Amino acid sequence: MRTLYLALKYLAILLWSSFVVFPFLWALSTSFKTANGVTSGATYLPWVDYEPSLLGWESLFGGAGGINIFGPYLNSVIVTVSASVVSLVLGTLAAYGLSRFRFRAGFVKNGDITFFFISQRILPPIVLAMPFFLMLQTLGLLDTLPGLVIVYIALLLPIAVWVMVDFFNNVPRELDEMAWLDGCNPIQTFLRVILPNSLPGLVVAGMFCLIFGWNDFFFAFTLTFTNTQLLPVAIVSLNSSVTPWWALSAACLVSVAPLLLLAFLAERFLSRGNLAGAVR
Amino acid sequence: MYRQKYLFLIPGLLTLVAIIVFPLLFTIRVSFSSWDVIQPGLDWIGGENYARLWEDERYWEALLRLAGMAGGTVLVQYVLGFGLALLVWREVLLKRFFRVLFLIPMMTTPVVMSVIWRTIFHESLGPVNDLLQRAGLEALPWISSAGLAFTSVMIVEIWQWTPFMFLLLLAGLLSLPEEPYLAARIDGAGPFRTFFRVTFPRMAAISVGAILIRLIEASKIMETVYVLTSGGPGTATETSSYYIYIRGLRDFQLGYAASLSLIYLIIMIVSLTLIGKGLTRIFVKDQA
Repeated sequence: MRTLYLALKYLAILLWSSFVVFPFLWALSTSFKTANGVTSGATYLPWVDYEPSLLGWESLFGGAGGINIFGPYLNSVIVTVSASVVSLVLGTLAAYGLSRFRFRAGFVKNGDITFFFISQRILPPIVLAMPFFLMLQTLGLLDTLPGLVIVYIALLLPIAVWVMVDFFNNVPRELDEMAWLDGCNPIQTFLRVILPNSLPGLVVAGMFCLIFGWNDFFFAFTLTFTNTQLLPVAIVSLNSSVTPWWALSAACLVSVAPLLLLAFLAERFLSRGNLAGAVR
Repeated sequence: MYRQKYLFLIPGLLTLVAIIVFPLLFTIRVSFSSWDVIQPGLDWIGGENYARLWEDERYWEALLRLAGMAGGTVLVQYVLGFGLALLVWREVLLKRFFRVLFLIPMMTTPVVMSVIWRTIFHESLGPVNDLLQRAGLEALPWISSAGLAFTSVMIVEIWQWTPFMFLLLLAGLLSLPEEPYLAARIDGAGPFRTFFRVTFPRMAAISVGAILIRLIEASKIMETVYVLTSGGPGTATETSSYYIYIRGLRDFQLGYAASLSLIYLIIMIVSLTLIGKGLTRIFVKDQA
């Protein structure tokens, strides 16, 4: 009975793991194919089913049939990182304020302000895309990196506030009170006592900002044309052309690689129950 | 008490208001205009766009389709996510490795993965049909038949977002107290009884929260659709967001699309609020 239970458990884990991994393995295999390995039907194993070649990977660096991925890659890094940093700074400050002090403006209280921040996540991108388009056009920021950074801050700030409010609510208030007794004002308390103890929260919030920033396609797609291309847009435009699957697969893998790396690096912060309170 | 407290809140709050609230108010104004590619600008045509929307069957069909797709995927994600969380909650070989592995799909860019999935579902060159045929089954029209295209989109959504459900539910499981489980073991309760009597009731509130968060995100589905099927065949996989995108940013009927998106937003907020209240009443009623 117990062995059967264990066998089923590991079988389930194995099944789901294969489902998770399959698209990556398929893309990895495809990235080493040439036209021969693709157009004659599905092939899987290099050397057995097809003769591997570096054509797809070479095409990423200006080779034939691909894209030069360097420009879009750099754009994506710049936009994602700057928007994440700004959101994290503004979001952490706001979250600390909301967690420690009482704000009132008429019937609006702390809970309502927190809800206002988080509720922005409910807005579908399409609802915002059209006004953003007109706004950036008016400001002359359409198809520029700063324009995208502004838009991404609006996307990421609610996430930062959401994670950090919950985090600060779980940091004991005694920590603040001791700092006050020592004569710190709120800003000193925050900078000297709270911030150094907030690494786990900051890592989770920062990670979510990077994920959602890096993975956005829709705003990059609707608010830029040719001057400023982000990585997902470059890949999708490659997809709609002749379908050089090997180049496409290599580009896809390069594009998802940094976050996979991040996932394994930040592993010990992620599944620790940091988010449990946020859902309640 | 302290004036300094405003220094914390105000910068973030003002930024968000400036970036989101003004454009949103502007959208409301645009929805009462006939702004399009021929005559851009803010005239006033009253509620004409809203009257047209009421008659627009394609809009309401897209909304129903979205409801089915969002409800279906989130339900499957919940069941799978809960199952996976239970699998790696207690002692398992390579526990930390599998926890990260299960999270990976949500870290990857949805459109980029959809590009890969499109090659996987490719009807003559993709591995899915190839494997089906090797197993002696028939190749299926994964993209070109209406029902299967809908299923393909759902499969990709489930692959991508079950990890998010898993993350929230695992976090919930890890925060449960130990004592009830000791008590259950002393009483000799089996795994099923323990799950339904001890685990599930304590996970009810978290479940409702996780389901709502996922429903909110799922109600925006469009990128997968854009890459995988472009809404087709016909309009078989067209969701609300995708239809509004076609009207607004491809046909450039900004006035009409503004009214479509506002009604879409209102319907979403109302229905998600009702679903949230309903779920809470059903699942969390026993809790103190």
